[in-house]
Amino acid sequence: MLDQTGRQTPSRRPLPAHEGSAAQRFLTGLATPGGAVFVLVLVLLLAVVASNPTFGEPDRLVRFLARSTPIALIAIGQYFVIVSGEFDLSMGSVIAAQVVMAGNLIGQDDSRILPVMALMVVIGALVGIVNGLATTLLGVPSFIVTLGTMLALSGLVFYLTGGAATGNPTDTFREIGRGGLEGVPGIELLPYPLLILVAVSVAAWWLMRRPYGVTLVATGDNPSAAEVSGARVWWVKTRAFVLSSLSATLAGIILVGQAGVHPSVGRGYEFIAITAVVLGGVVLGGGRGWVLSAAAGAIALDLLFTLLNFRDIPATWRDTVQGVIIILAVALAGRAWRGGLRLPTGRRRTPTPSRAPDADDPTPAAHPTHRPPGHHQGEMRP
Amino acid sequence: MSRLARQSRPLRRRAVRSAAAAAAAALVLSACGSTDQSAQTEDDSSDAGSSAEQGSDTESGKDSQWFDQAVFDTQDEQRGATFEGDPEQPWLQYIDGEMTDTQQYAADGAQKACFANASISNPWRQTGWITMNQQLEVLVDEGVISEMETRDAEDDDNKQIADIDYFIEEGGCDVFIISPNSTAAMTPAVERACETGKPVIVFDRGVETDCYTTFIHPIGGYAWGIDTANFLAENLEEGDKVVALRILPGVDVLENRWAAADQIFSEEGIEAVDYFTGADPAEIKKIISDELAKGDVAGVWMDAGDGAVAAIEAFEDAGADLPVMTGEDEMSFLRKWEETGLTGLAPVYSNFQWRTPLLAAQKVFAGEEVPTEWVLPQTPITEAERADYLADNEGMPDGHYAKFGGEDLPGYPEVWEERQIP
Repeated sequence: MLDQTGRQTPSRRPLPAHEGSAAQRFLTGLATPGGAVFVLVLVLLLAVVASNPTFGEPDRLVRFLARSTPIALIAIGQYFVIVSGEFDLSMGSVIAAQVVMAGNLIGQDDSRILPVMALMVVIGALVGIVNGLATTLLGVPSFIVTLGTMLALSGLVFYLTGGAATGNPTDTFREIGRGGLEGVPGIELLPYPLLILVAVSVAAWWLMRRPYGVTLVATGDNPSAAEVSGARVWWVKTRAFVLSSLSATLAGIILVGQAGVHPSVGRGYEFIAITAVVLGGVVLGGGRGWVLSAAAGAIALDLLFTLLNFRDIPATWRDTVQGVIIILAVALAGRAWRGGLRLPTGRRRTPTPSRAPDADDPTPAAHPTHRPPGHHQGEMRP
Repeated sequence: MSRLARQSRPLRRRAVRSAAAAAAAALVLSACGSTDQSAQTEDDSSDAGSSAEQGSDTESGKDSQWFDQAVFDTQDEQRGATFEGDPEQPWLQYIDGEMTDTQQYAADGAQKACFANASISNPWRQTGWITMNQQLEVLVDEGVISEMETRDAEDDDNKQIADIDYFIEEGGCDVFIISPNSTAAMTPAVERACETGKPVIVFDRGVETDCYTTFIHPIGGYAWGIDTANFLAENLEEGDKVVALRILPGVDVLENRWAAADQIFSEEGIEAVDYFTGADPAEIKKIISDELAKGDVAGVWMDAGDGAVAAIEAFEDAGADLPVMTGEDEMSFLRKWEETGLTGLAPVYSNFQWRTPLLAAQKVFAGEEVPTEWVLPQTPITEAERADYLADNEGMPDGHYAKFGGEDLPGYPEVWEERQIP
């Protein structure tokens, strides 16, 4: 996010991304990895429509977006964690646990829908709190913590189901994932998942503009600097983990409707989420990237898989493609963020060693002295 | 011949473990990690199957390494065979053949059974396991069996080998009942059990030895493939497209089902594309909706019924005509089949076989001869019979199997309705 740099004192030159007219800024934005993913979505969409013209019909597009909603949601959730410099590997298991719980606890009884949903939210939040506190207070790397939560939850699902499918819950509950608004002009059905995705996207975008979002990115960029500038890093990160588990919970609720109850639902979703996030140009390790780009990354990924399918490329290649994407996206995004936001060579700013850290400046990124050696950050490099 | 009768299902526990390994790999290599891969088995043959078999353009039908014309012909014939015994008790029926003399095992008083189970990690095995325990109750009451000690290998070959060896060393067993996790890996352990001189009863999936007293299984995977593919071919036109939804590669009974079906599809001029789903309903829906976007899908073939409902829902969601479809005798499919009125068939991998091993033990201890290869009937449920099976199993949960064969056992129907898994 650029917010943190927006508060620099006027004595500094503004960043390229903040210069020029709206159109120029838009183009500069598109040139960053976070913006390029939207171009990628468009290109892939055109490619898919080229291989299969019916895909361009509004009904089909809307259904496709609804189908991609669960992974877009978890990509948004994973974004919060990744941008704060951590990982959440437990998402797939959270989805599976929530799906199985919904199946077992709601059953055919409509009156249980709301209490069980409340319970699911509580459990989702609890998982996030455990992940967050173990990572921040106990100092266990999030990779290990969430791997542990993933296994623990998988075990729980296995215990609850014996590994086999249980029945689907009542259709009223499944309507959230399967149903939609009728009578919208131009399309047969406006699926509820799509409405949920729009609402969550807006909320996430808003949250990232709030002080919390700014602090979150700053924490991912440089936790020590964030700490000294007054951010409670443990709480900021813990909330990111909670957001992540809650997004998985929401994805689970939708998947119960879209797919049905089976312990395999959600399997592998943590990797899809991570792939989507890095494809959206978010830097692994934190501190860079836009939340909506993560959601766009998820859509791009699903479009890519659909394209491969329409081109009759065997599904075996999907894992390989996903792996290559992660490597390329991580490599490119790291470079491109630095390159795209750096001042052009020759106009480099001279370092200002005399400038004392501004105690009133709430933006931690403005404290270069606390940056650990080797921690590159494009616009601040001398 | 033993391999043809293996029953196999997605192996969840293993999926968990390999997902963990995949997790480590994914962030180190930043590669891998997705659905079908984590459902791998450790089956000796899975490596050959996982990549080579995927996609529609790979070797198929007769060319497949899983296709054996001789076994295909045998099972095709057995589909129409006459079964000895009372049709009201199909779990005791068998095809006339070689018998094992068991007089040496005749014993007085209650005997101890030891059961090495592959897993109960899918609804088919869970249903059978419940039935088996109710059958056990009867035999304990009759004073035939004192107790049954069970070890669950949780889909793990190594654990099952250790379980069998434990039974041999310390179990004090009078009869070994083994439901092998995989064919080749379990063979030496089964041979060790045979060397104890006690009767050994193998059921469901097979082993590569014939040292057992009896090997109990329904006809097999080819018969499933023949029943289902013939049904689709009869109800479809030449050139129609069938989407084949397969749970996972490399497990021979599932591969045999597909090899036989694929063979028939190609003979009949039906275009079939196959996908591995890991039984994940989200994956199944994606596959169907993408296939529907590509063009009409006239038929759906499944190598196991898990996920059949998701496949039908995908057609409903897309507003497409429902396909001609084969699922399984799982209640979820039978119910959805009736509700939608589609043209369908429910092939059966006779779940009642879980009763037979204990009843075989009873015969063995009585010194009565038992079939050396005990081939049980395996008859699909047709649309005409569906209503009866639905009515008989009205209170049963979706994961129950209609041909579970436990109606005359104590605890019916509550134990199955409540899924009281011991």
